[in-house]
Amino acid sequence: MDKTYTGVMNRKNEIMKKSMGMDYSSYEINDFAFDYEKMMNDTELSFEKIKEIQLSNKVGNTPLLELKNITKLVRNNSKKGYGARIFIKDEACNASGSFKARRASISAYIAKQRGYKGMAAATSGNYGAAVASQAAQYNLKCIILQELFDSNYICQPEIEEKLRKCESYGAEVVQLSVGPELFYCLLDILEDTGFFNASLYTPFGIAGVETLGHELAEQCMKMTGKFPEHVMITHAGGGNLTGTARGLLRAGADKTQIIGASVDLSGLHMASDNDFNKKSFTTGHTGFGIPFATNPDRVDVPRNAARSLRYMDKYLLIRQGEVFFTTELLAQLEGLERGPAGNTSLACAIAYAKELPEDHIIIVQETEYTGAGKHPQSQLSFAKNQGVKVLNGSPKDSINGKSVIIPSNISEISYIEKPLDELKKSYIKNVKSNFKNLDITIPENKKFLMDELNIKDFEKLKNMFMEA
Amino acid sequence: MWVQIEKVILKSEERQAKIPQDTKKHNYIMRLNGFLNEENPKIGSNVTIKTLAGRKVEGKLIKINPEYSHNFGKPVEELMHIGQTHRNILEEING
Repeated sequence: MDKTYTGVMNRKNEIMKKSMGMDYSSYEINDFAFDYEKMMNDTELSFEKIKEIQLSNKVGNTPLLELKNITKLVRNNSKKGYGARIFIKDEACNASGSFKARRASISAYIAKQRGYKGMAAATSGNYGAAVASQAAQYNLKCIILQELFDSNYICQPEIEEKLRKCESYGAEVVQLSVGPELFYCLLDILEDTGFFNASLYTPFGIAGVETLGHELAEQCMKMTGKFPEHVMITHAGGGNLTGTARGLLRAGADKTQIIGASVDLSGLHMASDNDFNKKSFTTGHTGFGIPFATNPDRVDVPRNAARSLRYMDKYLLIRQGEVFFTTELLAQLEGLERGPAGNTSLACAIAYAKELPEDHIIIVQETEYTGAGKHPQSQLSFAKNQGVKVLNGSPKDSINGKSVIIPSNISEISYIEKPLDELKKSYIKNVKSNFKNLDITIPENKKFLMDELNIKDFEKLKNMFMEA
Repeated sequence: MWVQIEKVILKSEERQAKIPQDTKKHNYIMRLNGFLNEENPKIGSNVTIKTLAGRKVEGKLIKINPEYSHNFGKPVEELMHIGQTHRNILEEING
């Protein structure tokens, strides 16, 4: 069999189909449009069943905690009557230490049900640990593929920590240098082993996150007598935002504002060997957040179930130094030591809550575990070793890859709003380059695009389409 | 024994055209841990290991008993003022 790069990539569709037992062609409407809701409702598992699977595998029912001291500090810097109450959903309490267990638990259940002997996933993040932890419980074999080291063999500490964690659950970890060819290695391994492709972007993976949105809506109602006005969600690949938003809607919280939050890593190239170890965040950043939102089908499945622009009401960015500051604040004032990447949404919430009336509630919907490598101290010492300056001062002066600036006071934390229309225009540009001469007046295409971009007014969409 | 092997997956010239030049100029490398059933193996020799998932993979032996290199790093003074400063502010707010 031809095992060269081209040979394996040419068999992509066949390998995917075999490794998931799923045929996406039944959702296709035409070359361009597909039936998203049909795909999402086709997971064979009811919402109740998903909850049951998760609870019996040490996932879900994580506490919702009020951050009273941080809220007080925010109010101290707000106009009178302003400063929303901040709550945080402590997702670090899931088996494996992050919300990713919600996705992995359903993938593992399906893999076992369909008779696969093992699972494989290409991920350098918490998802790898989550897949390994769930695979362990079903006695499934597990292979995780990571982009771990640069051409000098220097490992990103956060990713090396995930390597350790995966191995602690008994998983094999394929450690790779910088480059998108990770996908080729994944296909090659799936073909050789016949394992299940535990992709992050399957309908059941996203359905697994719906329980998170649903739980937090119910918990908030129980604790405060209402649904939250705002939910802040760390955004990277889009699954966290999509699943949480769908869960909130399922709970009836249809007025809740869905806000995406990412670390601003503009200026650093995600596939660059030089830039690889110049960043202090390996996920929850714009290097994933923007391309995944504007070109969702660029993933390892034919149709991505994570489609963030359908649900996002606002997109806020925050700088690396502000997230490290927030991580320290959470430990020192709230007694919760959690990982920095998960605190991206908390940093944004601190900046955003100032502008909201004090009777509003804003929920930060995740935390993640912390430890060696996944810690402000390890990341910042690593940054210094890589020649990145770490300073105290105004975070606005920081330059990605050159400096990380830690503010001295909570009042200096501020978000950068990325206008959603900019993202929507980029989405359209991608569509126009992928589908030449697309006719958006055909009813199926029109509906699909309006849903994809959450635009109710077709005239607005038409104008955007012309301009893009 | 528990070892680490290394393998060139793609040579520089075989890599995808669309990646940045600073990445493309290097070979695409894999490292993999597993069990080696051999007495006195020589670093640099070609060996076959059995991985945790039970796969048999061939490569160049580079480490015996590979350890993790990540840690908590050195103390970062730039973070150390945050706790005390904000506890003081809180104290003032609480009166």
